[in-house]
Amino acid sequence: MPIMEKGLVINHQQLAQDMYVMEFLAPSIAKECKPGQFLHVRPGNTNDPLLRRPLSLYDVDQEKGSISLLYRVVGKGTDLLTGLKVNDYIDIMGPLGRGFSLPESPKNALLVGGGVGIAPLVYLGRVLKERECQVTVMCGAANAGQLVVDDKFQQLDITFLSATIDGSAGYKGLVTDLLVTQVKPGGFDIIYTCGPEPMMDLVALYAAIHHIWGEVSLEEHMACGVGACLGCARRLKASDETYAKVCKDGPVFNMKEVEF
Amino acid sequence: MKNISAGQDIDLRVNLGGILMNNPVAVASGTFGYGREYEDYIDIAGLGAVIVKGTTLEPRHGNPPPRIIETAAGMLNAIGLENPGVDVFVNQYLPYLFEKKVTVIANIAGNTIEEYATIAARLEGCQGIAGIELNISCPNVKQGGLQFGTDPVMVKNVVQAVKAETSLPVMPKLSPNVTNIVEIALAAQEGGADALSMINTLMGMAVDVRTRKPVLANIFGGLSGPAIKPVALRMIYQVYREVDIPILGGGGIMNATDALEFIMVGAAAVSIGTGNFVNPQMAGDILAELYYYMQENDMKSLNEIVGIAVQK
Ligand SMILES: Cc1cc2nc3c(=O)[nH]c(=O)nc-3n(C[C@H](O)[C@H](O)[C@H](O)COP(=O)(O)OP(=O)(O)OC[C@H]3O[C@@H](n4cnc5c(N)ncnc54)[C@H](O)[C@@H]3O)c2cc1C
Ligand SMILES: Cc1cc2nc3c(=O)[nH]c(=O)nc-3n(C[C@H](O)[C@H](O)[C@H](O)COP(=O)(O)O)c2cc1C
Ligand code: FES
Repeated sequence: MPIMEKGLVINHQQLAQDMYVMEFLAPSIAKECKPGQFLHVRPGNTNDPLLRRPLSLYDVDQEKGSISLLYRVVGKGTDLLTGLKVNDYIDIMGPLGRGFSLPESPKNALLVGGGVGIAPLVYLGRVLKERECQVTVMCGAANAGQLVVDDKFQQLDITFLSATIDGSAGYKGLVTDLLVTQVKPGGFDIIYTCGPEPMMDLVALYAAIHHIWGEVSLEEHMACGVGACLGCARRLKASDETYAKVCKDGPVFNMKEVEF
Repeated sequence: MKNISAGQDIDLRVNLGGILMNNPVAVASGTFGYGREYEDYIDIAGLGAVIVKGTTLEPRHGNPPPRIIETAAGMLNAIGLENPGVDVFVNQYLPYLFEKKVTVIANIAGNTIEEYATIAARLEGCQGIAGIELNISCPNVKQGGLQFGTDPVMVKNVVQAVKAETSLPVMPKLSPNVTNIVEIALAAQEGGADALSMINTLMGMAVDVRTRKPVLANIFGGLSGPAIKPVALRMIYQVYREVDIPILGGGGIMNATDALEFIMVGAAAVSIGTGNFVNPQMAGDILAELYYYMQENDMKSLNEIVGIAVQK
């Protein structure tokens, strides 16, 4: 059951120029979390900025009762978050939304992330490993400095391949080029992806061509986060008459349900 | 919340033109779904009233996204009245709320006067509805799309037509997008309104300078949140002086002090809208704070201060 909680910040670090990771204790929420779900975070306690910000579960330590978020500073709300210090409280609601479907038996999984879209794939990778899956992560970023999570995957014993636009780390180019040109298809049973839509579009196409089952995580502006305001509507396919609620029906959807 | 309303001397109950509320704090239409969405966070039966999402005769898919955008101390929305239609509301959502003993105010919207009347007739006799809020910020397709709420004659006619079809209290929800709110309020009263709900959202827009286009797919949207509070207060003040029916006040309420401001300019009860998004427990928190305020000020009923700031 999702609830509201005040998380006690225990770690907050700048990982790159505009990327931060924050860990806080929120035991009641932590024990409910599943990969792919998100928290609705109140960035301050004044009226401006007003609304909560949706942020994915980046990592969860159920034993410790802690949750980590990985966020990029893009505006007022995320900028305010950077001011939170150890021992401050963060106002959160969650866990919200429908997360990734987890395989019943061990599978060979490919996780493709772009930019800060890598965030939910870390927690997903951890849980897949717990379920004895083979996991490969491909991550795209602008440059080496933006590839902030590779050590996380190393700790989890996950194969990590990177692509950077400027070639400062890993493959030079887009992560989707890495996927299409450098990876033997056929090896994977499942693909999960989160990141910029053009990237997810190509990953979904790749999955369709190779008949691989897959899921995508979508973003839409949100007010309530719980399915009450209908603000986060998205038409999954151009031919659909009705809209899906990204906060409640998603943010994770089957690749086959979505047209980009 | 329930134990609060059971308090010794303090009586929190409100009779809003026949809509009987256990306490003066309601949640506003479109910001609370059908109540159930917020059940994990707050005891919805303890709320003064849950005003459910606007219901039309037929299902509506709503507007294309983006539908919302945050603005300074507020937000714009252009949901486009997405809802499953009155039959689904009555058959699938209402029974649950009735069973949970939630005080429900239905909110109805139509494209023609006949549509409003038909929806009201459809709600007649349904168990578990305390009253009907009329969303008159809708285009009248038979009058060239002019909003019902901007023309006193249409307001009077639509209220009359709905009153003729229902035994429930009827509460038109006034649009602030008018030059003379008092004229509209008086027309609603003349049409037989039992109470007034004030205010709906203010029409606004936002531009994305990168794409050089309006942010909302619908171009215009309704502004809500703290940014509109001064406008709401001013309008309620003006209307309270002229009408004899009770007012449900709302627009940007975020705490008990805000609620008290509304009460002091004439609101008999208040509604929380956008605030629910920020804190789903806001309505409960405000009710508790109002109760303490009454204790501290030796009050038995909020009636003692309704309209107290208004110079008659
Ligand atoms: C389910 C979900 C999970 C997300 N997970 C992460 C994450 O793990 N790390 C991360 O860095 N970002 C994540 N985002 C994006 C993040 O929500 C936005 O970057 C953030 O809300 C921006 O807020 P701001 O005040 O800094 O920016 P502003 O541009 O000032 O925000 C203005 C308004 O637009 C909304 N908004 C702006 N960009 C986005 C966006 N991309 N998606 C949704 N709403 C937006 C804000 O919430 C706010 O209401 C996620 C979004 C969704 C929907
Ligand atoms: C997302 C959203 C959806 C709304 N939907 C409706 C609606 O269906 N019918 C209606 O009468 N008012 C609707 N409103 C208006 C609110 O009920 C309320 O009158 C308005 O937001 C002002 O109050 P606030 O500032 O407290 O939110 C909606 C408001 C928002 C923000
Ligand atoms: S954000 Fe309100 S319905 Fe999804």
